[in-house]
Amino acid sequence: MTDSSSSTPESWRDWLLTAEPHSRHQARLGRAYVTWRRFSENRLAVTGLVIILALVLIAIFADLLAPHSATVGNLAGARLLPPGSSGFLLGSDDQGRDILSRLIVGSRITLAVVALVAIIAAPVGLLIGTVAGFAGGYVDAVLMRITDIFLAFPKLILALAFVAALGPGIENAVIAIALTSWPPYARLARAETLGVRNSDYIAAVRLMGASPTRIVVRHIMPMCLSSLIVRVTLDMAGIILTAAGLGFLGLGAQPPMPEWGTMIASGRRFILDQWWVATMPGLAILVVSLGFNLLGDGLRDALDPREAGR
Amino acid sequence: MKPLLTVNKLSVTYPTRTGVIEAVRGISFELGRERLGIVGESGSGKSQTGRAIMGLTPPPGIVRADALSFSGVDLLKAGPATWRDMRGSRMAMILQDPKFSLNPVMTIGRQITETLRHHENVSKREARRRALEMLEAVQITDPERVFDLYPYEVSGGMGQRAMIAMMLVCGPELLIADEPTSALDVTVQLEVLGILDRLVRDNGMGLIFISHDLRLVSSFCDRVLVMYAGRIVEELATADLSKATHPYTRGLLDCTPKIGESRHPLPVLERQKEWAA
Amino acid sequence: MTAIEASKLARRRRIRGLALTFGRFAIMLATTFLGLLAVTFFIGRVVPIDPVLAIVGDRAPAAVVERVREQMGFNLPLWQQFFIYLRQALTGDFGVSVLTTNPVFDDILRVFPATLELATVGTLIGAGLGVPLGVIAAVRRGSFADQIVRIVGLIGYSVPIFWLGLLSLLLFYARLKWVAYPGRLDVAYEYTFTPITGLYLFDAAWTRQWDILWDAFRHIILPGSLLGYFSLAYISRMTRSFMLNELGQEYIVAARAKGLSERRIVWFHALRNAAVPLVTVIALSYAGLLEGSVLTETVFSWPGIGLYITNSLQNADMNAVLGGTIVIGTVFIAINMFSDLLYRLLDPRTRMR
Repeated sequence: MTDSSSSTPESWRDWLLTAEPHSRHQARLGRAYVTWRRFSENRLAVTGLVIILALVLIAIFADLLAPHSATVGNLAGARLLPPGSSGFLLGSDDQGRDILSRLIVGSRITLAVVALVAIIAAPVGLLIGTVAGFAGGYVDAVLMRITDIFLAFPKLILALAFVAALGPGIENAVIAIALTSWPPYARLARAETLGVRNSDYIAAVRLMGASPTRIVVRHIMPMCLSSLIVRVTLDMAGIILTAAGLGFLGLGAQPPMPEWGTMIASGRRFILDQWWVATMPGLAILVVSLGFNLLGDGLRDALDPREAGR
Repeated sequence: MKPLLTVNKLSVTYPTRTGVIEAVRGISFELGRERLGIVGESGSGKSQTGRAIMGLTPPPGIVRADALSFSGVDLLKAGPATWRDMRGSRMAMILQDPKFSLNPVMTIGRQITETLRHHENVSKREARRRALEMLEAVQITDPERVFDLYPYEVSGGMGQRAMIAMMLVCGPELLIADEPTSALDVTVQLEVLGILDRLVRDNGMGLIFISHDLRLVSSFCDRVLVMYAGRIVEELATADLSKATHPYTRGLLDCTPKIGESRHPLPVLERQKEWAA
Repeated sequence: MTAIEASKLARRRRIRGLALTFGRFAIMLATTFLGLLAVTFFIGRVVPIDPVLAIVGDRAPAAVVERVREQMGFNLPLWQQFFIYLRQALTGDFGVSVLTTNPVFDDILRVFPATLELATVGTLIGAGLGVPLGVIAAVRRGSFADQIVRIVGLIGYSVPIFWLGLLSLLLFYARLKWVAYPGRLDVAYEYTFTPITGLYLFDAAWTRQWDILWDAFRHIILPGSLLGYFSLAYISRMTRSFMLNELGQEYIVAARAKGLSERRIVWFHALRNAAVPLVTVIALSYAGLLEGSVLTETVFSWPGIGLYITNSLQNADMNAVLGGTIVIGTVFIAINMFSDLLYRLLDPRTRMR
């Protein structure tokens, strides 16, 4: 065993990096390994990944991690305590609630908003873009015209108007943000589709009798995925900021939900004397969106070497 | 007579994450007021040689040499300011494709006068006059019109002539032409070569003609250096080309088609490891 | 064919090309604007379960509800409503604001200069610093300076602007007392100063009221810098990317071979080429600031269109919200189109095509 244990890492690498993979599986793993190596060389990108992983873990184990209740405070004994007070690491707010606990539980809301918007907007954009690009002609013209119209809108204002009509609330905020987020994805997917539409492998699949639906879903959409993932990751910071902005204006999550933007809004009144009430949730937003931006940057550099360092 | 350019054991290296890439590995040659051809395939280091002589090796490239001097100036000791003074006025370089090597948002005339006004203290009007003269010298029939055109508005041959005008307007002693005709149509190639040939001869310049095309170089130059993998593998007068001994040169020569000869089977270069040693 | 005929033909072709360009522009503008109106109509009339109830409130008696419904034409089929809406919007009639009781259009005219002034100051700061920073980052790629610019930019992308606004108010106004309190002017001046254009900095300078100019400057500098930072993040990043692209081009090698100084190569040759796409970026960021000012204006009590919209939102004043949306959307579209035109002018390759 002593012999093989010393040589295992080397042969693993060789197996992954071989120029002649024996199976599709091996080739795919090899690609992933190369991408990972390029990604992990980028210290900032790894920092971003660590931040996001930490966010996910905190959201999962929020109930275990939060030292206090996120919604019920100690009005009598713990109002507006400064950071570092015993038991209140980041201080408490005007209702005697522990800010740290609220941030921890609030991470669930942030993560849910980001995930929901991505789940709604990305597939819509992907579908519209690939169909427009593959079909061409009138379908393309009409779909892209609609996309351009949405793209020409100011995003935040449109989201504001939507929420105003739908009524305030976190669900409506998610819908509004998703409604304004899909057009860039459609543009991107269309561009990628146009790139591969006339390639020989698509012609080959067509000759084998694949239906247009099958071509789009099985052979074109996968080609768009990597750039779409990069784009969505980079947009996540924007989504977080928009959601927080809606919360700050009182149109997103409603109190007492521990949404970070809403927390800043309620801390605004105390900014002059109890600065920490508004500062802490803002820091949380900054760190998390920075994490997404760093991760997205790193992913782009790793997945698309042409753009590296740009 | 002292040579115009002396190159002794020139090497150009690029440090990369996976190791040092040696683009040029210790080459030596001298150049008088003559036409020297450097031939080699892509990656043989011929363009890197040209750029190193101009001091245009892009970072992180490192240039080393035992000696590198140009008409009495020790280029190894030259600072950026000395280089700038020399480039454009005493040594110049013509690049491959005018589509990319001319600034797309400046008129041709402006790009020519820019060289002039940068190196010589001339008035605007004088610069214009000399630029028009230069355009005429590269056989542009209506220099006044071309002066005000943007590079995208002229053909490749016209663009390359503008490039030549831009580089020769200050009357340099040394011209490095890096594949100056490879991007042009075959018919235009000869015209541009003819212009280049006449200007070099009339002004008594030294010329380094870099090309992958042995036939072209042999018809145009006095002497040929054949480069392979960063080294000079053979140096010949063009008249003696048929006496080439190195197998790589012979291989290149054998690839040149001759009228009336059977081309079956097509000769292929059989590379030997020791050439790169 | 003679040379004169040829040049005539070329000119005619050129004019036709120009006309085509403008024609396509007009069609794009029209469809985009129509789309904008359709979406706002959709938001105002279709999304709410009952737009009448949204106006008169849940507890209004049934007779009142019906009367309002007829008054507002909500009993008509949707497509008729849409045409009425179109006609009104095209004549600048966005209804009356419940909150201010003025026509929405007048309200917007009154508040818009404040937003314009703020966004302009922000863009001037953002472009004035962002372009040089981006150029330096590109020239010294991988250096310490590059890293700094990158991190400053990334933070600009990641920071909630309203939070940064609150903190900067806390620091520069409350603690350091360097800048004035929220608003456009000190209260003392609010009543003595009669604006001409509504751009206070310009008006004060024009009428040579230097004390007011200074006061307006002390009020605008903080929100303006914040918006400026926001756009700096975007502009510096894009500048760096464009410059890297240009610096790798062959014409840069040619410029070096001509013996030009690095300074001229970078700031003239490369930047002049990078400027072509940069104009679009700066215009986009300008348009972005017009909308980004919603949050900033709320924090700094800046009486612009953003504050107007959020105030109306809080009072369920849908006419005002939609009117504001349409105006900002229109400006947004106009800036986009304008930048496209400017792009054509700057790049000789696309000029006159």
